[in-house]
Amino acid sequence: MSDPIIRVENLRTGFGDLVLHDSVSFEVGRGEVFAILGGSGCGKTVLLKTMIGLYPPLAGRALIAGADIARADGAARLAILQRIGVMYQLGALFGSMTLAGNIRLPLEEYTALPDDAMDLVARMKLELVQLQGAGTLTPAEISGGMMKRAAIARAMALDPDIVFLDEPSGGLDPITSAELDQLILRLRASLGITFVVITHELASLFAIADRCIMLDRAAKGIIAEGKPAELRDHSPNPKVRQFFNRMAEPGAVAA
Amino acid sequence: MAALALQPDAGGLATIALSGRLDAYSVGPLWAQAHDALRAHPRSKLVVDCSRVDYCDGAGVALLVDMLRQARPADAAVEIRGLAGRFQKLLDQFDPKALAAAAPAAAPPAPLVARVGRAGARVLADLYALVAFLGEAAAALAYALRHPRGVRWRDALRIAEEAGVNALPIVALIGFLMGVILAFQSAIAMKPFGAELFVANLLSLALLRELGPLMTAILLAGRSGAAFAAEIGTMKVNQEVDALTTMGLDPVRFLVVTRVLAATAMIVPLVVFADLIGLLGGALVMLSFDIPLQAYYNQAVSYTRVADFLGGLAKSLVFGLLIAGVGCLRGLQTETGAAAVGISATSAVVSGIVLIVVVDGIFAVLFYYLDL
Repeated sequence: MSDPIIRVENLRTGFGDLVLHDSVSFEVGRGEVFAILGGSGCGKTVLLKTMIGLYPPLAGRALIAGADIARADGAARLAILQRIGVMYQLGALFGSMTLAGNIRLPLEEYTALPDDAMDLVARMKLELVQLQGAGTLTPAEISGGMMKRAAIARAMALDPDIVFLDEPSGGLDPITSAELDQLILRLRASLGITFVVITHELASLFAIADRCIMLDRAAKGIIAEGKPAELRDHSPNPKVRQFFNRMAEPGAVAA
Repeated sequence: MAALALQPDAGGLATIALSGRLDAYSVGPLWAQAHDALRAHPRSKLVVDCSRVDYCDGAGVALLVDMLRQARPADAAVEIRGLAGRFQKLLDQFDPKALAAAAPAAAPPAPLVARVGRAGARVLADLYALVAFLGEAAAALAYALRHPRGVRWRDALRIAEEAGVNALPIVALIGFLMGVILAFQSAIAMKPFGAELFVANLLSLALLRELGPLMTAILLAGRSGAAFAAEIGTMKVNQEVDALTTMGLDPVRFLVVTRVLAATAMIVPLVVFADLIGLLGGALVMLSFDIPLQAYYNQAVSYTRVADFLGGLAKSLVFGLLIAGVGCLRGLQTETGAAAVGISATSAVVSGIVLIVVVDGIFAVLFYYLDL
C-alpha cells in the first residue's frame, strides 16, 4: 500500500492474561473503507478500542497517521484524537444534552466558530444523517436507529480524517441502512475520509468495503484479508466462505 | 490556512475570494468577515470565488451555506463559483433556503399559572406514587413474611453487608465525633457549676434517644438510600426492570423487599454501635475532666432507662424502612439517561432525610403523650 493512514504492527490485545489477538498486523489506506469482520465475541470492538487508544496494547503498536496513540500524551495525543471520530456501538450520546448540543460539544471545545455557525454546522450534520429538525430532542426521546445516526453525526462534527464506526447499521431498517452506506461512500468520495467499520451486515459490507479483515477467536488473529467479494468466492478457508455466504455451522441445528 | 479577500465592486458585482483550507478550525475567523462583506454590499450581486479553495469540509460548506441562506433581494443574490466538483457535491446536499428558517426553537416557557399548576400536579402525582408504592411494598413485605422461602436471602445478605457491615467505619467516625463534641461543649458549660459529672446524663440521654438513631439514619440515607436509587435506576435505564417484569417477576418483590429487609435489619445494630462509640467518645473527654470511667458509667446507667434505649431503636426501625423504601421508589421512578440516575440518587437522599425529620417529630410527640 502506497499511503497507509493506519498501520497496525504485531498488535497483541486483551486484558492481563486473557489474550484476544496474538499478533495482528494490517494497514488501512487513505480514503479507504476498511471493514473488520468476525463472529460475535472475537474481539472486534476490543481491537478497535485498542487502535484508538482506549485500551493499552499488550504488545505491538497501532499507528494513526504515523503516530502511536498508546504512547502519546498531552498535546500529541490530542492532535491524534482530533483526527479521528468514533461512533460507539450504543451511540454513547450525552443524555443531558440535546442532539444539537451533542454535536456542538466538540465544536465549542476545539474551534473558534461563532455561535450561530455552530448551530448551522450541527443542523447540517443532522441533515446529513436524515435527522433534520431533531436537534432539540434529547437522546431519551429518540429511537435506537436515530441514536445511531446522531452518533455518526457527532463523530463527524469536526470532519476528522478517519471515522471509526462500531456496527453502524445494526438495528437500522434496510432503507436507512442503505442510505447510511451511500452517506459513507459520498463522504469518502468528497472529503477523502477513511472509514474503519465493524459490521455484520453482509449487504452493507459488499456495498461499501474496499477491503476487510476477518478475525477469529480460536486463531486469535486475522484469518482472511482482502476484497469482500473475492473472499466470498475464492477464500481457501471454509470458515471464511461460510461467513460470507451466511451458512450455519454444519449440524449446528438438527433439522 | 484559509483566507477571505473582498474585491472591489465593479458594476454592481462584488467578488469574495476564498482560498486555502476551509475546515472547522480555520473558518471561524472568516465567518464574521463573510458577514461583513455581505452587509457591505446589500444591493449588488455577490460572487463567492472558490477556485483557490484546496479543501472544504463540512464546516467550510457550512460557511458557504450560511452566505447562501441570507435573505437578499433577487437581483443581489449570492453565487458560488469555481468550487471543485467534489466539494460542490457536498454543498449540493443542502438546501440553503430550508436552512434559512430559524432552527426550531425549544418550546417557550409556559405562563406562571400553568407552571404553578404543573408543579402542584407533580407534587400530587408524587404523593400518589408514594402511597401506591407504600401499599405495594407493604403487600410484598407481608407476602414475604408469610412466605419466607420466596425471599431472595442471598441478595438480601449481599445488600446487608454493603449497607450494614461496610458502613461501620463511617458510623464509628461520626458517632465518636458526636460523643466527643457533645461531651466537650457541655462539660465546658457545666464546669463553672462543678457539674461536669452530669455530662454523662446529658450525653447518654441525647445519644440513645435522639442523636444515635438520627445520625445513623442520615448516614444510611446518604450511603444506601442513594445506592439503592442509583442501582435500581441504572437497572431501569438498561431495561433490566422491564426484563424482570416480562419474566413475570414483580420488581417490587424482587428488588425492593430484599433491600428494605436488609436495610431495616441492619440499621438496628448500626444504631447500637453508634450509641456505644458515642458514649465511649464522651467517656474519653470526661477522663480529661478528671471524671473516672467508673463514675461516668454509673452516672449514665443510673440515669437512663431501658425505655430510652428501646425507644431509639424502635424509631430507627422505622427510619430504616423509610430510607430503603424511598431509595427504591426513586430508583424505580428513574427516567432514561445517565443524568436521570443522578437525579434519582439525589432525590432519594433528600426525600430520605425529610422523611427522617418528619418521623422523628412524630415520634417525639408520641413519646411525650405516652410518657416514655
